[in-house]
Amino acid sequence: MKKLLMATAATAIMAANAASADEIKLGLLLGYTGPIESLTGHMASAADLAIAEINESGGILGGSTLAGVRADTGCIDNGLATSNAERLIAAEGIKGLVGGDCSGVTGAVLQNVAIPNGMVMISPSATSPALSTVEDQGLFFRTAPSDAREGQVMTEILMDRGVKSVALTYTNNDYGKGLADAFAESFVAEGGEITINAAHEDGKADYSAEVGALASAGGDILVVAGYLDQGGLGIINASLDSGAFDQFVLPGGMIGDSLPVNVGPALNGSYGQIAGSGGRGAETMAEFGAANGFEGTSPYAPESYDAVALFAFAMEAAGSAEPGDYVGKILEVANAPGEEIYPGELAKGLEILRNGGDIDYVGGSAVELIGPGESAGTYREIEVQDGKNVTVRFR
Amino acid sequence: MEFLNAFVAFSNFVIVPAIAYGSQLALGALGVTLIYGILRFSNFAHGDTMAFGAMVTILVTWWFQSMGINLGPMPTALLALPFGIAGAALLVLATDRMVYRFYRAQKAAPVILVIVSMGVMFVMNGLVRFIIGPDGQQFADGERFIISARNFKTMTGLSEGLAFRTSQAITIVTAVIVVALLFWFLNKTRTGKSMRAFSDNEDLALLSGINPERVVAYTWIIVAALATIAGVLYGLDKGFKPFTYFQLLLPIFASAIVGGLGNPLGAIAGGFVIAFSEVTVTYAYKKVLIYLLPESLEPSTLVQLLSTDYKFAVSFAILIIVLLFKPTGLFKGNTA
Repeated sequence: MKKLLMATAATAIMAANAASADEIKLGLLLGYTGPIESLTGHMASAADLAIAEINESGGILGGSTLAGVRADTGCIDNGLATSNAERLIAAEGIKGLVGGDCSGVTGAVLQNVAIPNGMVMISPSATSPALSTVEDQGLFFRTAPSDAREGQVMTEILMDRGVKSVALTYTNNDYGKGLADAFAESFVAEGGEITINAAHEDGKADYSAEVGALASAGGDILVVAGYLDQGGLGIINASLDSGAFDQFVLPGGMIGDSLPVNVGPALNGSYGQIAGSGGRGAETMAEFGAANGFEGTSPYAPESYDAVALFAFAMEAAGSAEPGDYVGKILEVANAPGEEIYPGELAKGLEILRNGGDIDYVGGSAVELIGPGESAGTYREIEVQDGKNVTVRFR
Repeated sequence: MEFLNAFVAFSNFVIVPAIAYGSQLALGALGVTLIYGILRFSNFAHGDTMAFGAMVTILVTWWFQSMGINLGPMPTALLALPFGIAGAALLVLATDRMVYRFYRAQKAAPVILVIVSMGVMFVMNGLVRFIIGPDGQQFADGERFIISARNFKTMTGLSEGLAFRTSQAITIVTAVIVVALLFWFLNKTRTGKSMRAFSDNEDLALLSGINPERVVAYTWIIVAALATIAGVLYGLDKGFKPFTYFQLLLPIFASAIVGGLGNPLGAIAGGFVIAFSEVTVTYAYKKVLIYLLPESLEPSTLVQLLSTDYKFAVSFAILIIVLLFKPTGLFKGNTA
C-alpha cells in the first residue's frame, strides 16, 4: 500500500513536471480598464505577438510553449491588481509576470505579491523614479525608463539650446512631482536656475493665478510637467493670454496631437521629449503592428513585446523556467556583450543561447537595462513646427 | 518707466482678472441674495443652476455655429444667451413647482429648505453631467483679445505686457448693464416693488393683495437669468466644466454673506471683495517690487503670501471673519 501511494505520488509529480515542460505561462497584468485602457490593448497585443513568435519558432527549453494569461490592474486599483496577481501565481501557476502597468499598482503588486512569492516582474510601463530605489530583492525589472532619466534628458535638451533659467510647474500627483524633482535636481546640478517650482491642480477652470506667480518669478521658458488635456493645457493657454511666457518645454505627458491643435500657432517653437526610440527596432514593431491589427509603436507596446522576449531569453539562458533560476540571466541577455537581437529575430536569439552564445537584446525599445534593472531609455526630442509634433532627434 | 512697468504687470495679473472674476461672482451672489431675501433660504443649487444655464447656452451656441450664424468679433454665445436663460428659467420653475412649493405650503423652516436645495443641487449636478458630460467644453469664438500682451508691448514700448481679453470686457460691460437693469426693475416697476414688499414683510404684503406665487415665479425667472448670465460669462472667460460651477458655490456664498445676505448692493460689493482678496493674497509680488524698489531692497523670494492652492481658503477665511465680527455683513443684510 505504502509503495503504491509513493508510486502514485511520484507519477503525479512527474506528470506535473511534464505538464509544465509543455506550457510555460506568463501573466500579462495590465490595466485593461481604467485611465490607460486605450494603451493596454496595444501593449497586450504586442506581448501576445512575441509569445506567438517564440512558439512558432519551436518554443523554449526544448519544446515548451509560452502562453499569456491576462489579468486586470485597473491602472489605479491596488486591491484589484494584487488579488489578480495572487490568482495568476496561485491558480494559473505563471512563471513570470509582465506588469504591472501604472506605477502605483506596480509597487503594490511587487511588495504584496511578487516578493513574498519570489516572482519576477518586468513592467513595460511603470515610470515612477520611486521604483528605482524600492527594495525589490532583485525581482523587479522594467523595460520603460524612469522619469528620473527623462529629467536628465530634458536638462540635456535645454542645455544644448542654451537655456539657463526656467520656471517649472507640475501637475500635483506622483508623476508630476517625481518628474519635476528629477528635472530640478539635474538641471540645477548642470548649473541651470529654477526660478519657481510650483504645483498646479488638474481640472480647474482658471489658471491665471498660477500663471501670475510663474510670471512673477520669471525665466526664459516655462517647463510644464502636466497633462496635455488637463491643467497643462490650461497653464499654457493662460500664459499665452497674459503674455507671461511664449515658449514651453513639454515633457512626455504633454506630447500628443491634440495639444498643437488646441493651443494653435502660438505653440510653434516649443519643444520637449517623450520616451520612444527610432531606428530598426521601432520600424519593425510598426510593421508587425500593421500586419497584426494593432499599433506597434503605441506607447509602451514595444516595451511589452520586449518584456516577453526578455523572459524567454532569460529562461533559455538559465535552462529553467523557475523564477529563482532565470532571474540572474535577465541583465545578461538584455545588455552587451553579444549579438544584437531585434524584433522578429527571437528565434535567432534563442538559437544562439542554446548553443551557449551571448546575446544583446535590442528589441523594439532599444533595451539597455541599467542600475537596478530598468531601461536606460531612449527619448524622442520633439519640436512643435507648423502645428505638428516633429521628432527632431533621438537621445 | 519703472513705475509704469510695475503698474502694468500688476494690472495684467491682478486688477483686470480680479475685476472680471468679481463681476462673475457679483452676478452669482445677486442670485443667491435674491432667493435669500424673497424666498428666505440659502439656495445651494445656485452653482448648478449656473452650470445648467451655461450648458443650454453652449448647446444652442454649437447649433448656431453649425449653421454658420455668428456675431463677428463677439462670441456667438451672447446670441444664444436668451435661450439659455429660458432653459434655466423653465428648469427652476419646474423645480419650484415640484419641490419647493410643497415645503413653502407647509411653512417649512429655512434649514429644511437649505437641505432640500442640496438635494436639488445633486439632481441638477447629475442632469448637467448626463446631458453634456463631465469634461471641459470650449465654446468661445470671435476675437480673443481686445489688446494682446504682445501688441501692448509694441504699442507702448514697455517691457511688461497688458492683455485685455474680449471675454473680460464683455463680462464687465454685461455685469454693469445687468445690475443697472435689476436695480431699475426692483425700484421702479410694480412687480419689483411687490417683490421688495414681499421680502420686507411677507404678511403685510399678502394683506395688501400681492399674489405670492407670482412674486415667487418672477424671483425664480430673474434668478435664472442672473445665474445663466454669470455662468456663461464665467464659461467664456475661463472655460466650461460642470465641476468648477459646483466649486464656485463657496466664493459666491462668501460674497453674498460678506456683503450682507438679502442685500443686492452688498452682493456686488462682496463679489469684488472676495475676488480681489483671492487674487491679491495669492499673487507673487516679486516682479512688481523689483520694478518699484531700489536695487538694494529687491526681493530674492517670490513675495507670495499664500500659494495659489489656497485660493478657496481665502474666501472661506473672509467668510468666517465676517460672520464672527459683523454677522449681518458689510451692508446690513437680513440676519434671520
